[in-house]
Amino acid sequence: MSTTQDSLTLSRPAGVSLPLLGRLHGWVVTVDHKRLGLMYIASGLVFFVVAGLEASVMRFQLAVPNNDFVSPQVFNRMMTLHGTTMVFFVGMPILLGFGNYLVPLMIGARDMAFPRLNAFSFWLSLFGGLLLYFSFIGAEGLYGGGSAPDVGWFAYAPLTSRAFSRGNSTDYWTLGLLVSGIGSIGTAVNLIATTLSMRCPGMSLTKMPLFVWLYFVVACQILIVISPLTAAQIMLLLDRFLGAHFFDTQAGGSAVLWQHFFWIFGHPEVYVLILPGFAFASEIIPVFSRKVIFGYPIMVAATVSIGFVSLSVWAHHMFAVGMAPASNTFFAFSTMIIAVPTGIKIFNWLGTIWGGKIRFHAPMLFCIGFLFQFLCAGLTGIMLAVVPFDWQLTDSYFVVAHFHYVLIGGLLFTIFAALYYWFPKATGRMLDGRLGRWHFWLFTIGFNLTFGPQHISGILGMPRRIYTYDAGRGWEIYNLVSSIGVLFQAAGVLFLLWNIARSLRRGAIAGGDPWDAWTLEWSTTSPPPEYNFAEVPTVRSRRPLWDLKHPHDPDWKYE
Amino acid sequence: MGPSSIFSPISTPAYRINDVAILVLVISLGIFMVVAGLLAFAVVRFRRLRADDDSEPPQVYGSDPIEFAWTVAPFLIVFVLALATTRTIYEVQAVTKPPGALDVSVIGHQWWWEFRYPDLGVVTANELHVPVSDPADPTPTFLRLESADVVHSFWVPQLAGKTDVIPNRVNEMWIDPQAAGLYLGQCAEFCGTQHARMLLRVYVHPRAEFDAWIATQKAAAVQENSVAAGRRVFETTACVNCHSVDGTIATGRFGPDLTHLMSRDTIAAGAARNTVENLRLWVDQPDAIKPGALMPAMKLEHEDLDQLVAYLASLR
Repeated sequence: MSTTQDSLTLSRPAGVSLPLLGRLHGWVVTVDHKRLGLMYIASGLVFFVVAGLEASVMRFQLAVPNNDFVSPQVFNRMMTLHGTTMVFFVGMPILLGFGNYLVPLMIGARDMAFPRLNAFSFWLSLFGGLLLYFSFIGAEGLYGGGSAPDVGWFAYAPLTSRAFSRGNSTDYWTLGLLVSGIGSIGTAVNLIATTLSMRCPGMSLTKMPLFVWLYFVVACQILIVISPLTAAQIMLLLDRFLGAHFFDTQAGGSAVLWQHFFWIFGHPEVYVLILPGFAFASEIIPVFSRKVIFGYPIMVAATVSIGFVSLSVWAHHMFAVGMAPASNTFFAFSTMIIAVPTGIKIFNWLGTIWGGKIRFHAPMLFCIGFLFQFLCAGLTGIMLAVVPFDWQLTDSYFVVAHFHYVLIGGLLFTIFAALYYWFPKATGRMLDGRLGRWHFWLFTIGFNLTFGPQHISGILGMPRRIYTYDAGRGWEIYNLVSSIGVLFQAAGVLFLLWNIARSLRRGAIAGGDPWDAWTLEWSTTSPPPEYNFAEVPTVRSRRPLWDLKHPHDPDWKYE
Repeated sequence: MGPSSIFSPISTPAYRINDVAILVLVISLGIFMVVAGLLAFAVVRFRRLRADDDSEPPQVYGSDPIEFAWTVAPFLIVFVLALATTRTIYEVQAVTKPPGALDVSVIGHQWWWEFRYPDLGVVTANELHVPVSDPADPTPTFLRLESADVVHSFWVPQLAGKTDVIPNRVNEMWIDPQAAGLYLGQCAEFCGTQHARMLLRVYVHPRAEFDAWIATQKAAAVQENSVAAGRRVFETTACVNCHSVDGTIATGRFGPDLTHLMSRDTIAAGAARNTVENLRLWVDQPDAIKPGALMPAMKLEHEDLDQLVAYLASLR
């Protein structure tokens, strides 16, 4: 890589430093945490558009009863790829990308602990995703199913066995997840090592920004829970290729065993996805309320307890498999307990806003949307923890609505907030505020139109994952409204993409600290130089820039 | 509410769930009003005013009593919910079978339901018939759930919550519908291409009507000479590999038992009405009714097809 070149040339006109090929080469061979972070985020956004289009196909098909826009085979592929892509190739890369970009900057470090491992992990994740999509060319699916995986994103055994899933589509799914999972583990190791050993002088664990704390817990969770998934995928491969019988029920294997393996990964995974959302909110809400985060110690405690308790709730995905009453009761208790630390977080954000001076810039708008929608998601989550209620609601559209309120209303809204908030840091230019408000309102309306009514169709008995339905069970209007909402969401996303494309070239110059914020990443230039900080900073409190800006009233006097 | 709403219960498990669900809904709605109200108030009240002097507001780092309060309050709410949950779990799951109970074996197949009444010697498909259960003298139906292939889930919302139907495992559930009628449901666990068209119809009859239905199902298969040609077609093609008809050589179990085919309202697991035209279409081009179904297109000559359909239509 050229030493004369800045670490980020995204915002500069092409050709000023190196020819295109040289610049591309620079991105391919880089081990800079910022460039890797941006590539994670960019790949996540590309997959986001793809998976969003897959969802649109499903909503178009379900808009009216007995529609035949797509065949059941195509619908099942869209459904499987939408879920798999959104979780593994949108959520994970975007979140790991933000972590990669920001954790070293926030702790005053010059890079991650293991830069080469970092690059290796990114490329594994990306190629895992490409492998999944290569299945369109290289695989055949269920009987008559053609190409691409079509067994659902949690791929319940024995639907994945050779007898029921011929061809290789399931193998592409398995290998894609296996490869990207190894990448996630690599990045988790890296984040843990970086957080523990690379903090600048003065930054004890209790002085880390909440963002870093949340990412630390996420990294620990990834390390623990991706492993059972990887193990299960290897067992599935053994079943499919070497005739092992772990999940092969025709030969005495256990279908329920797969579910345990999958959900002991799958439920903590939900927290792996949502905790970074909490991390974004915990940085953005204070800055735009102009107040310090309310109750930092209890926020840390809540995060760590979510991390632990989330490891003991997985079987609440399995209340309908016929577990004994005592097991059902245990998992109901553990699941409900997790509502307590989660509630604490919402209350503490409320406490942060309270008495502040709220500035309604795009990042804050998305965070406010997040607070209301995540509240809904939390309450429907409690309903699903009530085992008997869950016997009715599980695998219905109510569950679809619930987890989209978590993952879109909660997570995606905070990702949007984070894009608007840190885009100036990464590119040196602001995203346009007016386009940002269009994006916010269109997306908020569209999201609630799409997923609000699905609570009701679920209560009216509509199961998830059906490619069509008959008229007469009262589901028609809710499905139609749900599909109309997609148009608003798509329009909102177009505003975002246009905003990014436009602002990269013509956005207002940001300067180092456009939001008047308090954490270390805002103390360096935008974009930061490859070495991040000319001089390694020394901190005395959780808000080092507040201390600089208010020398007579610094934080360290109160913490 | 709709014809398969979870809030239109008609059987004890669904009633119990309905009760606890309403408790949870009311509590959740209360929490939502309080928290969303506070949030909305804070967002409006603490917005930056136009005339703001750009000074920073007072920095509040936390408050032990407040944080203690909003840690303990959720604990208490959750504790109440957990107790209600536990009680309902045991009310629904831990029951003993009364002497008047009816046993039915439910077997999930890709993409249809097989129902066997072991004590009555009846076998049927997709349309489950059970007696009304009078709360004073309960005659509930106990379902023994098994799968022939992949995981399915038995869900008729007005009767009970869903229970998964898992290969190599036996699950049990029970229903005691207290009003006669037709209750709709369908498979609720993704089971492959035609998961969407694996519908369930539960017919609840008054006792006498139920006994009459059992009598028709136990009757010997109809043998009409007028359709002997169609029967010959049936017995000499691949039909017999998958289907059964009592009194013939057809003893297959891969597809539904056809002995009393015409006593059913629907074919193809509820995908179409059971009419002669639909039967003909189903035998000729199953994909036209249910794309991806495992029933193969039989590729019969027109004459054979007509005779076969006439035979099938005689199986009352």
